[in-house]
Amino acid sequence: MSRVPDAALDVAARNPDALGAGRWEGVCRIHDLTPDRGVAALVDGVPVAVFLLSGGELLAIDDLDPFSGASVLSRGIVGDVAGEPTVASPVYKQRFLLRTGRCIEDPSVSVVTWPVRVRGGRVEVAVP
Amino acid sequence: MAPTIVVVGHGMVGHRFLEEAVARGLHETHRIVVLAEERRAAYDRVHLSSFFDGASTEDLALSPDEWFLDHGIELALGEPATELLVHERTIVTAAGRRIPYDACVLASGSSAFVPPIDGHDAAGCFVYRTLDDLEAIRAWASGASAGVVVGGGLLGLEAANAVRLLGLRTSVVEMAPRLMAVQLDDGGGRALRGHVDALGIEVHTGVAVAGVATTPDGRVAGLRLGGGEDAAERTLPAELVVFAAGIRPRDQLARVADLPVGERGGVVIDDRCATAAPGVYAIGEVACHSGRVYGLVAPGQVMAEVVADQIAGGGLTFAGADLSTRLKLLGVEVASVGNPHAEGHEIVVSDPLVGTWKRAVLDDEHRLVGAVLVGDAAPFGHLVSALRTGTAVTDALAMLSPPPVGGAAGPMADEASVCSCHNVCAGTIRGAVDDGHEEVPAVKACTKAGTGCGSCVPILQELIDEQLAASGRAVVRHLCPHFAMSRAELFDVVSVTGIRTFRELVERHGTGRGCEICKPAVASMFASLASGYILDGEQASLQDTNDHFLANLQRDGTYSVIPRIPGGEITPEKLIVIGEVARDFDLYTKITGGQRIDLLGARVDDLPAIWARLVAAGFESGHAYGKALRTVKSCVGTVWCRYGVQDSVQLAVDLELRYRGLRSPHKLKMAVSGCARECAEAQGKDVGVIATERGWNLYVGGNGGMRPAHAQLLAEDLDTETLVRSIDRYLMWYIRTADRLERTATWQRKLPGGIDQVRRVVMDDALGIGADLEADMARHVESYECEWTATLNDAERLSRFRSIVNDPEGAPLPTRVEIRGQRVPE
Ligand code: SRM
Ligand SMILES: Cc1cc2nc3c(=O)[nH]c(=O)nc-3n(C[C@H](O)[C@H](O)[C@H](O)COP(=O)(O)OP(=O)(O)OC[C@H]3O[C@@H](n4cnc5c(N)ncnc54)[C@H](O)[C@@H]3O)c2cc1C
Ligand code: SF4
Ligand code: FES
Repeated sequence: MSRVPDAALDVAARNPDALGAGRWEGVCRIHDLTPDRGVAALVDGVPVAVFLLSGGELLAIDDLDPFSGASVLSRGIVGDVAGEPTVASPVYKQRFLLRTGRCIEDPSVSVVTWPVRVRGGRVEVAVP
Repeated sequence: MAPTIVVVGHGMVGHRFLEEAVARGLHETHRIVVLAEERRAAYDRVHLSSFFDGASTEDLALSPDEWFLDHGIELALGEPATELLVHERTIVTAAGRRIPYDACVLASGSSAFVPPIDGHDAAGCFVYRTLDDLEAIRAWASGASAGVVVGGGLLGLEAANAVRLLGLRTSVVEMAPRLMAVQLDDGGGRALRGHVDALGIEVHTGVAVAGVATTPDGRVAGLRLGGGEDAAERTLPAELVVFAAGIRPRDQLARVADLPVGERGGVVIDDRCATAAPGVYAIGEVACHSGRVYGLVAPGQVMAEVVADQIAGGGLTFAGADLSTRLKLLGVEVASVGNPHAEGHEIVVSDPLVGTWKRAVLDDEHRLVGAVLVGDAAPFGHLVSALRTGTAVTDALAMLSPPPVGGAAGPMADEASVCSCHNVCAGTIRGAVDDGHEEVPAVKACTKAGTGCGSCVPILQELIDEQLAASGRAVVRHLCPHFAMSRAELFDVVSVTGIRTFRELVERHGTGRGCEICKPAVASMFASLASGYILDGEQASLQDTNDHFLANLQRDGTYSVIPRIPGGEITPEKLIVIGEVARDFDLYTKITGGQRIDLLGARVDDLPAIWARLVAAGFESGHAYGKALRTVKSCVGTVWCRYGVQDSVQLAVDLELRYRGLRSPHKLKMAVSGCARECAEAQGKDVGVIATERGWNLYVGGNGGMRPAHAQLLAEDLDTETLVRSIDRYLMWYIRTADRLERTATWQRKLPGGIDQVRRVVMDDALGIGADLEADMARHVESYECEWTATLNDAERLSRFRSIVNDPEGAPLPTRVEIRGQRVPE
């Protein structure tokens, strides 16, 4: 879910830096998502992996898998490590914490997380 | 200055001494210098032969280089000791260094004995002792077509197998009337010979060696035989000769220093492993204790511990070792217990058809005095236990054929040897389990058991399980952190409760939201049990990406497409379609190792269009992406081949159509050969069928891959109906009980009772589950549908095949370069 308050949206749209998150870009309908599975969306030309967890939480990270260089994290299996949601890269199986982007197998590696929210049935990702 | 310990020789035993010394803190109180003749630090000589199976020198190393630095041990590689000056307590080295010692440990091992025959030093003659020897053999073998090994003992047979693996025609020449004359009796020798013959190694026993025949330029041309049982002289042509006819202790330093040596060599030591010279000890194959030199590693390891303890002021002594050994030679289990040549009351269990020979000898009080096991060493632990405790044996037959689990032979005594490489007994393993080491790796680490030849690992597992059960702790091999049970147990839960959603399963029987381990495993169980479309509803989120897109992920994020080509048989029309599809979608094509065609480099977005074309031409999913049946390889059989005795293609096609889509713990591969020439390589498959004049021979549990395993013969001359029924049962039983990602070979190896148990359950229906297993399979066969056809017929399912949710064009193809006329990832 978005961590950006609604009232601030106009400000955010005019001044992308004001909240650390800029313009919101709609990427798909919420119904396009399967619980506990991801999709890849292009946001400002960058592939982003968007996940809908079975509890309803929406999370987004880079789609690019830093280990293989392929754009595939959206196609990984969603799971949890001690309750924290993760996705496992389908290529070499490293797991990434969906809330922080940190890689569990190699904590020196992490991927970027993206603010994401639902508005009127549409999934929106914040463009930095 | 700190007192100095000089170790002469850095072999297996010398290294063990260092470890024991470090364990006692001697490296902190002493300067430790190791003089090593070889230019490599100590390595695992027992597993030397694995070098020819692909093990690297690093794999064989006993400790990383840092270990010596970390413990301040000075390791002088390539600097042998040349003189032992006992009065000056000084060692002189080949580099001219003089090192005064407080304690000197001779651990120089032994060297291969080369008989002083004509031509013994010709180019092409080798011994089999060091990594350098093996490298030299390998280099020479590349220009040779045949090799002869002199010596039919343990070493000779290992050397013969190595020569065979190098692709040479191989023979073994042994003076004694049988193989492994020291450890085996006649029956055991005969059984072992059957196995060696089957490998295509030519064996000549009871033959004396007259000399090495050479070419004019001094290279080996053959081995001249003569005398013995067949008195006529003849020559075995060969370009390579390996001498493995015994070992001689390397006791030269001690001899020159006038220390007593044994009748057949070896520095004489007492129970403290001390020699006659003050401060000088000898351990391992260079030592002679009570008139005996041990050619095995285990007694040497004990000596190493004794000396470390003595130097540290302890009172440990060496009381001699029992020569009971258990080995795996050329894939054959061989063991001898106590005195294998003892006379007394004999009990023999032998099956010449499978090549087992098990013989125990009891004295008049019915105490075990010796035993020989070939082809099945399972009774080893109980026999050693009976030997050491000296109790009267009541049921010798049961002891030689212990039932698979628990049963009549009873639990092993605490003092029974489990690991003969490291002298670890059952009690020690039980103790480790009680101390909280509940899994094999942990028990290995703390007891060293299982870290030698590895043949005792299955017993370790059994003992751990037994001990956990005995102490009331559950024996669970958890699938993953989300399910505290094994795959087999979870399979039972799924099958009994009828639960068919992951969410319900994890809520009621697990914790959390699952993970990349349990989700696909559970999806596979649902599929094995219900055979519905694997991507419907919640199942979609369980599958890994390959199953999700019904294609195999490649390293650049694109996918491969492998249509099913049953039995490897394909019409020209279908071949043309494959060619056209590949051309139109710019796919790289390659013939796979499984007799079909792989189209690589497809974008997710193109998969439906590609498959639409393939399905229209009559192709189906090949399930190359699934843990499922892959291919049933075939040879041409009676239809074309002049040797074929059955229609192998027809059977392969029938089997492939029957089991296609069957989900299992790991992938399944099968093959059918039309005659014993075995062109389809059926004995390397999970299920292999070989035609006979009267029907089919069924082999199970074969595996290529990382640890190749030959399939084992389950039944002979079956008619087609019985064959199919047996395969149904075998596969379903495996699916029910195997661990996740466990191929049939591993499952079968770990199964108590192994292939015999498989035979009892599958062929004799000993568990009475045959009908259930067949019914499970019938359900699968009936409900099979091609996953790709089902996908193409359903708009909702098709909508998943989008690489980018907000761009109908999809992700562009990653950069490609051209090689050999096709386009591939950069
Ligand atoms: C395509 C193919 C190589 C080829 O170009 O010939 C291939 C390709 C792969 N093999 Fe294989 N194997 C292929 C034949 C084999 C064979 C030969 C055979 O089947 O006769 C073997 C040895 C036989 C055996 O399995 O017992 C083989 C033993 C393996 C193994 C080791 C399995 C083991 O038990 O140790 C793996 C790894 C695994 O499955 O865990 C593997 C894994 C793979 C994977 C799935 C690796 C991966 O995750 O990317 C490859 C992907 C296939 C793809 O299309 O993307 N492949 N692989 C062959 C496909 C055959 C087919 O038509 O389906
Ligand atoms: C192919 C093969 C398979 C085997 N399989 C088994 C098995 O299955 N089970 C089993 O129990 N045993 C097996 N053995 C025997 C086992 O390897 C030996 O018992 C064990 O290695 C003996 O250890 P060691 O340290 O006494 O001698 P070694 O391992 O021979 O080490 C002695 C070292 O000392 C060096 N050296 C010699 N003289 C000097 C000197 N003057 N100065 C410095 N260094 C010197 C040598 O170069 C050598 O590196 C096998 C042996 C071989 C070759
Ligand atoms: S296995 Fe026998 S029948 Fe089949 S192709 Fe080879 S030789 Fe011919
Ligand atoms: S018997 Fe060789 S490792 Fe245990």
